Amino acid sequence: MTAKTTPKKRVKPATSNLAKEAKLPINKGLSKEEQIGFYRDMVRIRRFEERSLRVYQQGKIGGFLHLYIGQESIAVACASLMGDHDHMITAYRNHGHALAVGMNMNECMAELLGKATGCSKGKGGSMHFFAPDKNYWGGHGIVGGQIPLGVGLAYGVKYKGQTGSAMAFMGDGAINQGAVHEAYNLAALWDLPAIFIIENNGYSMGTSQERSSSHPAEGLAARAEGYGMAWENINGESLFAIRDGVGRAIKRAHEESKPTVLEIHTYRYQGHSVADANAKKYRTKEEIDDYRKNHDPLNVYRLYLLDQKIMSEDEMKEIDSEAKQEAEVAAQFADESEFPTAESITEDVYWEADNPDQRTSEGRLFFND
Amino acid sequence: MPEISYRQAIKDALAEEIERDENVVIIGEEVAQYNGAYKVTEGLLERYGPKRIVDAPISEAGFIGMGIGASMLGVRPVMELMFWSFAYVAWDQMINNAGCVRYMSGGLINVPIVIRGPANGGTNVGATHSHTPENLIANMPGLKVVCPATPYDAKGLMKAAIRDNDPVYVMESTLLYGTTGEVPEEEYVIPLGKADIKREGTDVTIVCHGPSVPVALTAAQILKDEHDIEAEVVDLRSIRPLDEDTIIESVKKTNRAVLVEENRPFCGVDAQIAYTIQNKAFDYLDAPVQRVSTIDAPAIYSPAVEPEQLPKASTVVEKVLGIM
Repeated sequence: MTAKTTPKKRVKPATSNLAKEAKLPINKGLSKEEQIGFYRDMVRIRRFEERSLRVYQQGKIGGFLHLYIGQESIAVACASLMGDHDHMITAYRNHGHALAVGMNMNECMAELLGKATGCSKGKGGSMHFFAPDKNYWGGHGIVGGQIPLGVGLAYGVKYKGQTGSAMAFMGDGAINQGAVHEAYNLAALWDLPAIFIIENNGYSMGTSQERSSSHPAEGLAARAEGYGMAWENINGESLFAIRDGVGRAIKRAHEESKPTVLEIHTYRYQGHSVADANAKKYRTKEEIDDYRKNHDPLNVYRLYLLDQKIMSEDEMKEIDSEAKQEAEVAAQFADESEFPTAESITEDVYWEADNPDQRTSEGRLFFND
Repeated sequence: MPEISYRQAIKDALAEEIERDENVVIIGEEVAQYNGAYKVTEGLLERYGPKRIVDAPISEAGFIGMGIGASMLGVRPVMELMFWSFAYVAWDQMINNAGCVRYMSGGLINVPIVIRGPANGGTNVGATHSHTPENLIANMPGLKVVCPATPYDAKGLMKAAIRDNDPVYVMESTLLYGTTGEVPEEEYVIPLGKADIKREGTDVTIVCHGPSVPVALTAAQILKDEHDIEAEVVDLRSIRPLDEDTIIESVKKTNRAVLVEENRPFCGVDAQIAYTIQNKAFDYLDAPVQRVSTIDAPAIYSPAVEPEQLPKASTVVEKVLGIM
């Protein structure tokens, strides 16, 4: 059999139509308050990240800062569908997911500054936010390494006999990692309620999809065919289209305990991380401007809300200024918080060391002399 | 006390823990229908069914990572690696995820997983199947690593490992699976981090772990029979946590130490032990600490030569005689 010439172009879904997608079964029952809530959630993520960028530029954040600006619709839509036993795990571009599941700006901003009041006590940093009480399992730094963990969450849900799912997010750069394919196989082989969500922003760091991935004409999610999994392409500029596609995947997970691969088309305006000095060299200014102007999920949703008279400009301005204020307060909180103590370096390493009353082992756990 | 094999002892530990805790699940290649590549899990599928005994495809990064993810939710997976040498394809999962997630989450997430399997040379399977990575694992704070050498230790340590709330990596030996020893019928658990004096002596301390324990015991017997030297054999059992007290007490008594292990010499476990001895028993030493390790090269295949590469009782005897 001769291999077909590999189409390497990024597949973009047709332009969204939110008014139409709002009438899809999963969206049509949404109240006005719920729809405003989605707007607020997206605005909060964007304002938080814009504020964090300023803090970074002030030199108060170390290492990396991978911004989610342009992709907010995905985390918000997915979080809006989570029930008691639905879980989320993602990679290092994780601030949006964290806020979407309900983590607060203070603990997130403080973590960026490496403060003891941060969600990970200053031990994780930008890439490593966690909130297991909100079914949010991080925040992982190695491309694709979190996907087997996501399958493990799905395995755990099934093992415990719960009706739930695990949404495992990755970027388009992760889909060529071996661990991702092993995870695909296990999820399909064992009928696990896993939902693989590829947030395709077109670039794995500075390498475009065209230069990194060989895939079927239908796109990256279509690789699922090889594992006998259901898949779908979703237009990420539409929060309602995302809810529709992810809702189907959750239903499949809950009712049939079957996995799904979703490719959600999106875009990031900032570099791979803030330290990415070449952000505008591997793509054109025109491309970035086109997304900002015509495909920005927040703006597309804003226009829908105005058009449908669900919100007024004034109400939007109020939400906007509240979000800015919340981010400002978070920046101040983070600034004023204490750094962790040097003594805390060896805390949170071993459960046993942190729970000496319940320790059953003996001998030395640490070797610091 | 009944005598059972090391293999049976591990199986009994697994079975008892499966019965004790509904969250314990055995996952690995060929553990269920095939009855285990080394028969450690023989009969468990029949007894406990496919929910508790799960055959995984050859996909270590996938299924080890999956086990780690499940453990974050409170499942207690016991993952079998057919060889510890295969850990390297799952290294990111084992080190970055299992080893770091508790820390990076500020203590919010625990990983109560056990990863077990054989880690030894001496079976003519070449360099890629003969690794002993306990030193590499012990270098990773957040992880625990134990190397049982006898049936009694294998059972007691395995039960402790499964009950532990931190990730515990258990390194067994294909050459020990068939060995036998006394194991009580009543339940017992051996705490991690507790060394065991396998032979008492007064003249020299031989520190060893895992597959080097029988080597050290053979050397001790030769020293007694042929040289009238009473060697004390200290089996570490657990590498991290480490029982430094037992080592130091023994060295203070004997004033001499020879360290034996299957790791390569550079940055092997015994490099740390040697440091500890000079640091905490310097004034008690009558001679420099000696080491016997695997000869510093990848594992040779040649069946005739491989035994020369691994720690030998005769080399241990020579090292002891050299410092007496």
